[in-house]
Amino acid sequence: MGRIADAFENARKENRAALVIYLCAGDPDLNATVELVVAAADSGADVIELGVPFSDPTADGPAIQRAAERSLRGGTTLAKVLETVRVIRGRTDVPILLFGYYNPILAYGEQKLVDDAAESGADGFLVVNLPPEESAGLRGPAVESGLDFVPLVAPTSDPHRIKQAGEMATSFIYYVSMTGVTGSTATDLASASKRASALQRELGRPLAIGFGVKTKADVAAVSPHADGVVVGSAVVQAIEAAASTDEAVAAVRALVSELTGGLGRQ
Amino acid sequence: MRYVPRLMQPLESVSGRYGPYGGRYVAETLMPALDELTRAYEESQRDPAFQAELDSLLHHYAGRETPTYFAARLSEEVGTRVWLKREDLCHTGAHKVNNTIGQILLARRMHKTRIIAETGAGQHGVATATACALMGLPCEVFMGAEDVRRQAPNVQRMELLGAKVHSVTSGSATLKDAMNEALRDWVTNVRTTHYCVGSVAGPHPYPMIVRDFQAVIGRESRVQMLDQAGKLPDAVVACVGGGSNAMGIFAGFIDDEAVRLIGVEAAGDGIATGHHAAPLCAGGVGVLHGAKSYVLQTEDGQIVEAHSISAGLDYPGVGPEHAWLKDTGRATYTAVTDDAALDAFQQLCRTEGIIPALETSHAFAHLPTLAKELGLDADILVCLSGRGDKDLETVIEKLEERG
Ligand SMILES: Cc1ncc(COP(=O)(O)O)c(C=O)c1O
Repeated sequence: MGRIADAFENARKENRAALVIYLCAGDPDLNATVELVVAAADSGADVIELGVPFSDPTADGPAIQRAAERSLRGGTTLAKVLETVRVIRGRTDVPILLFGYYNPILAYGEQKLVDDAAESGADGFLVVNLPPEESAGLRGPAVESGLDFVPLVAPTSDPHRIKQAGEMATSFIYYVSMTGVTGSTATDLASASKRASALQRELGRPLAIGFGVKTKADVAAVSPHADGVVVGSAVVQAIEAAASTDEAVAAVRALVSELTGGLGRQ
Repeated sequence: MRYVPRLMQPLESVSGRYGPYGGRYVAETLMPALDELTRAYEESQRDPAFQAELDSLLHHYAGRETPTYFAARLSEEVGTRVWLKREDLCHTGAHKVNNTIGQILLARRMHKTRIIAETGAGQHGVATATACALMGLPCEVFMGAEDVRRQAPNVQRMELLGAKVHSVTSGSATLKDAMNEALRDWVTNVRTTHYCVGSVAGPHPYPMIVRDFQAVIGRESRVQMLDQAGKLPDAVVACVGGGSNAMGIFAGFIDDEAVRLIGVEAAGDGIATGHHAAPLCAGGVGVLHGAKSYVLQTEDGQIVEAHSISAGLDYPGVGPEHAWLKDTGRATYTAVTDDAALDAFQQLCRTEGIIPALETSHAFAHLPTLAKELGLDADILVCLSGRGDKDLETVIEKLEERG
């Protein structure tokens, strides 16, 4: 079992949901990213989704779009993100899922990326615009190297597609809580969570719910039902609002600690 | 059944692939909608009532068929025989309406209650707003802020037609960013909304559907050439933004192997300057807006902003079938600069009394080069994709700059 699956298993044993925290690599800069990942992990994040910025993030709302723009202006590349993962590995064992869009991966080379990512200490990939039908070129080499490939299930996915995602998952499945982009306000997290709970049983894999989860109360609404919960835009906004890296680190510590308070299952 | 050229029949309708290009690189949320659209399209192809309604609207509403016209004075200046397929005479002033009428009928078939579109030059936005007015459907159009500025008349037209125009300020504030924003809206409202894509770009099935709706250009002009010229053209020339007018006219001739197919991209300030919109001539293979094709990108796979005087060509990607036609050699692609397009714009006004769109002017700008190659005794068919009223301000500004 990989580090990501372990993290979900540990959370389950502790009778709580796993907390997945999204950060955009290179926002505000890659040195800060190291500190921010360490801070999130120290404060209770079970898994880090490390965003690889892309110029045209069509699945992201304004907060993550701005983060990607800041990061790209600072010269972030996929190669530099991998270097950053290597540095982080000197500090923490928190599982790191590389999260992004396909074109930078295609440009890097899929097999080369898998080799370099494994070597850097990354744990897997989630590619927003790479549905199962298009994913063989990355998924094959990734799974062979012991890295995870995390499929997505959306509210619009039909039973066939849901089953397909279940078969592909090596650790968890990302369940998109609503139709929309990141950072939108979820209208009905409770029923999304119940649906996720049913799917978990059906597929025999952990599901993590993302999109629209921002506060401790949101986390608390999801945790009784889902095996994991993803918070992204709220973290990115906290970093954006900070005046310095130190402030950003403190803000992330505070936010993640608070969110962990919503993970319990009573 | 409609005539479907041989080269277009492979498994494309299942896989959405043109060789290695095309496909569906989109968020999971959109995948079922693309399946639904593919099914609806295939059913519509087998439904004579759908085809009859489409044909009737194209004829009585959009003004088809459009003429193919022998441009005598332009021929003389250029030094070969030039024929114009007059898509500028379509209702709304460009070929875009062929596609939007078809897609709105599909949207109605799928019981969608809201339509969105991206637009560059505003021609596709106007054509979508028009088809929506015709069918009584609400319409929202995403347009880059830069294009809102340089194609103002089309913004006013869309608003008069009842559409809401969203000015997009992210990125380069042009067509690419408008399409990003349209995709974000679609992923949010996918259950009720049809995304009316304006070119042969985007995820499968859009490149296939848009090509098939635009193939009427090629079907008509093939018959017209045989009738009026007594032969097929030696070459067919069209400008390429996303590539829909080009794919539409190429479709009629793709099985006629002796007919050269030539696409003309926008070279902007010149390919060497890096300020251009010519992914087929100077880009690499990548994935943008749901399909694998040629794109303008950095070494690291970040999309690069395009540059063209023409809003409709100012796009760093291109439809996947063009990528395949390029690799297989069935079509060839070249690029002309802003300046050359402006010269060609003026030439067509002067010689034929036709004011072409700046997009279209790029196709005309290649004629002198092609005429030299083919000689006096050749017939060249040009897709006159649209009229240029919308561009007067840009053109006059540029001509004043030139002095
Ligand atoms: C008149 C005209 N021609 C050509 C184009 C370019 O699009 P495509 O390459 O899809 O034909 C546009 C786009 O706005 C247009 O308005």
